[in-house]
Amino acid sequence: MHEHDVVVVGAGGAGLRAAIAAQEEGADVAIVSKLHPVRSHTGAAEGGINAALRDGDSWEDHAYDTMKGSDYLGDAPAVEALCKESPEEVIQLEHWGMPFSREEDGRVSQRPFGGLSFPRTTYAGAETGHQMLHTMYEQVVKRGITVYDEWHVMDLAVTDEEDPADRTCHGVVAYDIQRGEVDGFRASGGVILATGGMGQVFDHTTNAVANTGDGVAMAYRAGVPMEDMEFIQFHPTTLPSTGVLISEGVRGEGGILYNEKGERFMFEHGYANNDGELASRDVVSRAELTEVNEGRGIEDEYVHLDMRHLGEERILDRLENILHLAEDFEGADGLTEPMPVKPGQHYAMGGIETNEHGETAIDGLYAAGECACVSVHGGNRLGGNALPELIVFGKRAGHHAAGKEMGEPEIPTGKSGDWEPAEYEFEVAVGTVGDRGPAAADGGAVASDAEGLLEAEIERARERVEDLLARKGRNHAEIRSKVQKTMTANVNVFREEEGLKQSLSDLREAREAYTDVAVSDPSRTFNTDLIHTMETRNVLDIAEALTMGALARREFRGAHWRKERQERDDENWLKHTLVSWNDGEPELWYKPAILEGEAKTYEPKVRSY
Amino acid sequence: MSTQIPKQTEKADETAAETESEAPSKGDERRAEKRRRADEQRRQREAEEAERAAADENTVELRVFRYDPDVEGKQEPRFDTFHVPFTKGMTVLDALMYSRDTYDSSLTFRHSCRQAVCGSDAMFVNGGQKLACKTQIDELEEPIRVEPLPHAEVTKDLVVDLEHFYDQMEAVEPYFQTNEYPDGELEEQRQTRENREKIKMSTRCIWCSACMSSCNIAAGDNEYLGPAAINKAYRFAMDEREGEDVKQKRLEIIEQEHGVWRCQTQFSCTEVCPKDIPLTEHIQELKREAVKNNLKFW
Ligand SMILES: Cc1cc2nc3c(=O)[nH]c(=O)nc-3n(C[C@H](O)[C@H](O)[C@H](O)COP(=O)(O)OP(=O)(O)OC[C@H]3O[C@@H](n4cnc5c(N)ncnc54)[C@H](O)[C@@H]3O)c2cc1C
Ligand code: SF4
Ligand code: FES
Repeated sequence: MHEHDVVVVGAGGAGLRAAIAAQEEGADVAIVSKLHPVRSHTGAAEGGINAALRDGDSWEDHAYDTMKGSDYLGDAPAVEALCKESPEEVIQLEHWGMPFSREEDGRVSQRPFGGLSFPRTTYAGAETGHQMLHTMYEQVVKRGITVYDEWHVMDLAVTDEEDPADRTCHGVVAYDIQRGEVDGFRASGGVILATGGMGQVFDHTTNAVANTGDGVAMAYRAGVPMEDMEFIQFHPTTLPSTGVLISEGVRGEGGILYNEKGERFMFEHGYANNDGELASRDVVSRAELTEVNEGRGIEDEYVHLDMRHLGEERILDRLENILHLAEDFEGADGLTEPMPVKPGQHYAMGGIETNEHGETAIDGLYAAGECACVSVHGGNRLGGNALPELIVFGKRAGHHAAGKEMGEPEIPTGKSGDWEPAEYEFEVAVGTVGDRGPAAADGGAVASDAEGLLEAEIERARERVEDLLARKGRNHAEIRSKVQKTMTANVNVFREEEGLKQSLSDLREAREAYTDVAVSDPSRTFNTDLIHTMETRNVLDIAEALTMGALARREFRGAHWRKERQERDDENWLKHTLVSWNDGEPELWYKPAILEGEAKTYEPKVRSY
Repeated sequence: MSTQIPKQTEKADETAAETESEAPSKGDERRAEKRRRADEQRRQREAEEAERAAADENTVELRVFRYDPDVEGKQEPRFDTFHVPFTKGMTVLDALMYSRDTYDSSLTFRHSCRQAVCGSDAMFVNGGQKLACKTQIDELEEPIRVEPLPHAEVTKDLVVDLEHFYDQMEAVEPYFQTNEYPDGELEEQRQTRENREKIKMSTRCIWCSACMSSCNIAAGDNEYLGPAAINKAYRFAMDEREGEDVKQKRLEIIEQEHGVWRCQTQFSCTEVCPKDIPLTEHIQELKREAVKNNLKFW
């Protein structure tokens, strides 16, 4: 068993910043990650980091834009912390050597981004995330922080009290992918989950293959609620065969969307008569899908994004990286042919419920980054607001876990503040299927002390691995693919009652199938079959909670659209959705969004740009 | 084991001979049974696939290196053949994922981002170091041979041990160092556009290790820092935000016995780098800097 003060799970932007912060506070910290740090998906971010750095801009303006963008489902104390602290964090990155793009006077460059009232998106070419990830990993190397890479964390070691608020997290159990062994990591100060996105819940996503939402599912099973899971951002222009993102830049420069008949559908079919291709992400995504659903898609799957008319010179000058992306990942030449695009899952606004210090409802358990819901994005994330979230809240979680005094949080966790039960009746069963058996890995081990708890969890994890390797049964890939298909078909930018119910019952079947899952590769060495099989369990838990939230929320807010009620309903829905696992019987409940900030109270306004 | 596998290792698979061991445990038996089943399934699958390939013109044939020190029947390296239905835009990584998810879930390779930023899936494709996710199938000759990176220990199938590569990357003090920061609390260090442009390409490295694998010198001298680590040193040595004193230290590191002077400018690293980093040029420039630097002291 390994022992550290603070154990950080995940080594993307959030995990690395958390580890550095914990060490700054004097803690002995270790990072446990299923990927080597530089392989984390933070490296894929292109656009930039929002920070109010310049004269004429202010954190208050950034907070206002963020609240408005969130469709008034962000929590003001978190939003204000983000906007206040982002500038010093960005400057910190610069002091660590991050190669930002520069102005004539040598200062870091900023550019305009959708939904922002000031050009405050700080960037490093079209590779901001890559530079940020590598800069922080360099600091981790410099500080000699221990990294256990290619260790897949399987579950948390959390005590078993009836009420989650009384439970304590003492560490994690993980599987060493290279050597095929299970071991425990005890954390006396705290465990920080920073496991990133969950795009693999859908079959078409800009997220990495490793983004299976492991941390969210682990925390959920241990008793921490998932918050606002129904809020998923879809991006309208991703390449059909891989999900690689083609940035808004193409449409910004004048790129045009066509359907199979060669119609400029954004105008000709009246989706956005004023803004056309430049309408907001969700409007364009819905338009594209409507075209495909009504038989006007190309190969019944995608539409065309054409930039040929811009001319070779302009394309090479401003959109050169797009040419490479289309060619490398789709085999399409953007200079001589239109590029195929379709909507893809892009970002999860929801996640592990935390307060502004990164604390969850369980003592000793923290979360930060895309896996967490603090919540700064509410119903919809503004471009350039995820990267600052990683560094601001990664740092806060690291400091708190290392014992820094940070004052009373304003955001309640769990059922400690105002909350109300959901009245919604799901017609399909949710949660645990029958007798769970070790393959499913539910519930917690019982033990009196931390050490004993870890031992018991390690033993349970070993049994689970042995069982998965030994039993006969079906391959996880067909189950995962079934989940992804139904989510993409029914819980995408279009959400209607019938489809959502269909999804819930498909997920039930998938859960049943999973009780029969087995790993066919018998190897102890780099068994990715085993890892993917365990991830698929996490994908299942998340897909279910997400669909439950989407079914219950009958309104159109941010990225969540419901056919039955196509407008925002502030009277009934200015509140967060929470789903608790309840030892296998998922429960849906709500808590109010916090709109009173330090700067002001953010009164809901119509979100129009 | 090493990755230098001569072509003739492709051989018909034998049924895993059951070796009698004393009192095998229940788990061992089950696993052995599993292996037998897997072998049988593989033969069946290959037959089916070949049939399908004959019926359907539009498939691609992949010959994939297989090896697992841990599994009977895979301890002898071999090549497995997979037939994958071709779709426009398909990459080598897509074809591998298809093969794994459809035919053989034990087929093992690293991958994550699918967009050439995580650097996980450098491999040896038709005799060249490539990122699988960035290599279009229709640009390759068939059958497509997919092997692990040469000059590295093979862990399993297409996965190689990267520890040595990481050690070299971390040997050059790969982190920003300066003794001077601006006074203002929220003030950045200034950097000219020209200087940022100068280091730009060098900062694009994704640690895929393709360059290291392609380098003959690195193959012969295990302590050679290698192109990627030297490029990392270049990235800092040329950054004007670090002071002269730090640059001195950096030049000393890359000038050591297994540093820049080992490079014989064969350009193999530059040719394979998926991020188009002019590695050889960077190494040459550091050599010149080192000479200039020494002159100062003479
Ligand atoms: C294509 C793309 C472009 C984007 N562009 C922007 C942009 O311009 N601006 C912006 O603000 N945001 C952008 N975003 C969003 C932003 O990049 C992500 O939200 C953010 O990088 C997520 O960082 P993270 O640290 O939370 O997770 P990640 O970087 O995904 O890291 C997750 C880590 O957790 C580890 N992990 C996961 N599961 C386990 C487990 N079971 N055991 C051990 N370790 C585990 C992984 O190994 C990895 O190290 C973009 C996203 C995408 C996909
Ligand atoms: S220099 Fe190029 S080839 Fe070498 S590790 Fe970096 S990206 Fe890969
Ligand atoms: S999968 Fe990330 S570089 Fe190819």
